[in-house]
Amino acid sequence: MRIALFATCLADTLFPEAAKATVRLLERLGHEVVFPFDQTCCGQMHVNTGFQRDAVPLVKRYVSTFDPFDVIVAPSGSCVGSIRHQHAMVAADAGEAGLAARAEDVGRRTYELSELLIDVLQVEDVGARYPHRVTYHPTCHSLRMIRVGDKPLRLLRRVRGLELVELPAAEQCCGFGGTFSVKNAETSAAMLADKMTAIVSTGASVCTAGDASCLMHLGGGLSRRDAGVRTVHLAEILAST
Amino acid sequence: MSTFLGMPATAPRGVGHLRGDEPFPAAAHRALADEQLRNNLRHATTTIRGKSGRVIAELPDWQELRSAGSAIKADVLSRLPDLLEELEARVVERGGVVHWAADANEANRIVTELVRATGSERVIKVKSMATQEIALNEALEAAGIQPVETDLAELIVQLGQDKPSHILVPAIHRNRSEIREIFLKAMPGVDPALTDDPPVLAAAARKYLRETFLSTKVAISGANFGVAETGTLAVVESEGNGRMCLTLPDTLITVMGIEKVVPTWQDLEVFLQLLPRASTGERMNPYTTMWTGVTPGDGPQDFHLVLLDNGRSAVLADPRGRTALHCIRCSACLNVCPVYERTGGHAYGSVYPGPIGAVLSPQLTGVEDNASLPFASSLCGACFDACPVKIDIPSMLVHLRNQAPHPRSERAAMRAAAYTMERPKLYARAQRAAKLARIAGRRGLGLPLGWNEARDLPEIPEQTFRDWWASR
Ligand code: SF4
Repeated sequence: MRIALFATCLADTLFPEAAKATVRLLERLGHEVVFPFDQTCCGQMHVNTGFQRDAVPLVKRYVSTFDPFDVIVAPSGSCVGSIRHQHAMVAADAGEAGLAARAEDVGRRTYELSELLIDVLQVEDVGARYPHRVTYHPTCHSLRMIRVGDKPLRLLRRVRGLELVELPAAEQCCGFGGTFSVKNAETSAAMLADKMTAIVSTGASVCTAGDASCLMHLGGGLSRRDAGVRTVHLAEILAST
Repeated sequence: MSTFLGMPATAPRGVGHLRGDEPFPAAAHRALADEQLRNNLRHATTTIRGKSGRVIAELPDWQELRSAGSAIKADVLSRLPDLLEELEARVVERGGVVHWAADANEANRIVTELVRATGSERVIKVKSMATQEIALNEALEAAGIQPVETDLAELIVQLGQDKPSHILVPAIHRNRSEIREIFLKAMPGVDPALTDDPPVLAAAARKYLRETFLSTKVAISGANFGVAETGTLAVVESEGNGRMCLTLPDTLITVMGIEKVVPTWQDLEVFLQLLPRASTGERMNPYTTMWTGVTPGDGPQDFHLVLLDNGRSAVLADPRGRTALHCIRCSACLNVCPVYERTGGHAYGSVYPGPIGAVLSPQLTGVEDNASLPFASSLCGACFDACPVKIDIPSMLVHLRNQAPHPRSERAAMRAAAYTMERPKLYARAQRAAKLARIAGRRGLGLPLGWNEARDLPEIPEQTFRDWWASR
């Protein structure tokens, strides 16, 4: 299958390993990956910070860049959530009904990685090997905005050598929330502290998730605390052999 | 000359408790430093969450009930004026008197005059958010009338000269030893040998309240529901103190937010299932008191209903924001909110704290007056899933953020980011520049210092993904 990759601005710039792993994994499974260079950012930061109008050109850019593809994947539940649930609204609010309809359509063809693997490619065992004790944090937007459910867990359970340990209070937010972590830095830090305590209590050496953004926040905290737990994007675990 | 521009007025300034004195992050700062407060909150919200989750899981049709609740509320909002007139007509037919209050000032004046007319210098109160919203107690006190809260938690707050911090459990931020101190200091006739054993504390409150119930002629309540087809008002509660207020006095004055009307008696079936399970984790609330106008020889013989707008019409006028008026004040969204759990209710500045407060308060006052509240959320979405009437609070937060005033520097940064991201080549150059800036020791990502206090920034990698792809 020919799959277009939306790397997301964050992975492209700061976490290229997550995007590279997505490519490696899909190619290993026998698919063709395309990276359209015109892509930049889904505009979620603008919409969620109250600059919805500034996001209109970004929605246009996303739609025109990815409209030619039947299947699009992004290694980020949060960006997929924004594409699926916010793009059409942003376009409609700007009075662009045509763009809204196209955005809705492209949104339906945009998948988060675990959705692509299980729902579209119908594979649970991706042939990975990762001999570590791992705990999984279900990020809020993957969990409640696009509802990936237990798909990431199903994929992780099939990884050889991987010992999956349950995260206490897993469904509580890690406190990132995009610009929330800047505007309400102290509240965010308090939420992060509780999440880190939960992660450390599992005895895992790796904490994984489907969102580079939450992992950046968690990883930044764990590094500061010197907790001895690494954060690794789900795609990297699934791509390793 | 008044100029009506077709836009309904928001709640007036200078009266009521909808606006805080400081922005959310500043108020949260104090709460976050209070270890005791955070422990009290964590313990209480975790307990209620668990209980509520268990009884909700018992109902096979919970999702259908939520949809029904939401649909009834949407119907109510679509024909609110008609339903309110129907309610008014039925209440009057049954011997009640209906007053319309455009805002807090008007409602306070109406109630104060009604109490004055009875000659009573004291009123007993049923826990009510509407009367807190308009600061009725303060208005009554200014007029020389003593309001006595009869809900136990509300009484604790009142005696402690404190502010409520939760819709349902206003004293959630207090533990039992703090409550003992408050009773010893402020409860008339309290036994000085009082301990902090919960039954002992409850007995002390009961004794004080019994005397007050039996000797006060006027009661003031809110209403959870007002049934248009019959003119029936309803209050649900757990303690029975509300029922004492609603049945014992000669005069009953009810202040009801205009969004609380439901079309038919049958509609209550849905809400009386949703409300207790979502709010206290009970299958049924212990006391449901309903009354229709005046019944000769039974209950209050003088009944007044004050219909309160105070910004609600302004909320209704916004198609994206109006579902905030679906709220049945169950407080489930507070109990699941990770921000509320850490900061408590006072940080929100309004009597409506937590997720619903973060969307309702700015709408009632105008977003400028509560500009920090729509940002007091990580948009995790737990509130939406918990809400028994399916209010999409995260989407509404985003909607309000787009109406909020932004600091100039933030606007400039966001514009610059959007400009760059619209242009892939410029964007690729900016990505490389970010790395250079980092190497040069500047804060290349432009993240404010608050972030660095608790977290390390990631290293900027050698190569962006797009450069890697190009070099493959
Ligand atoms: S918004 Fe929903 S969950 Fe929150 S108090 Fe209102 S009805 Fe309850």
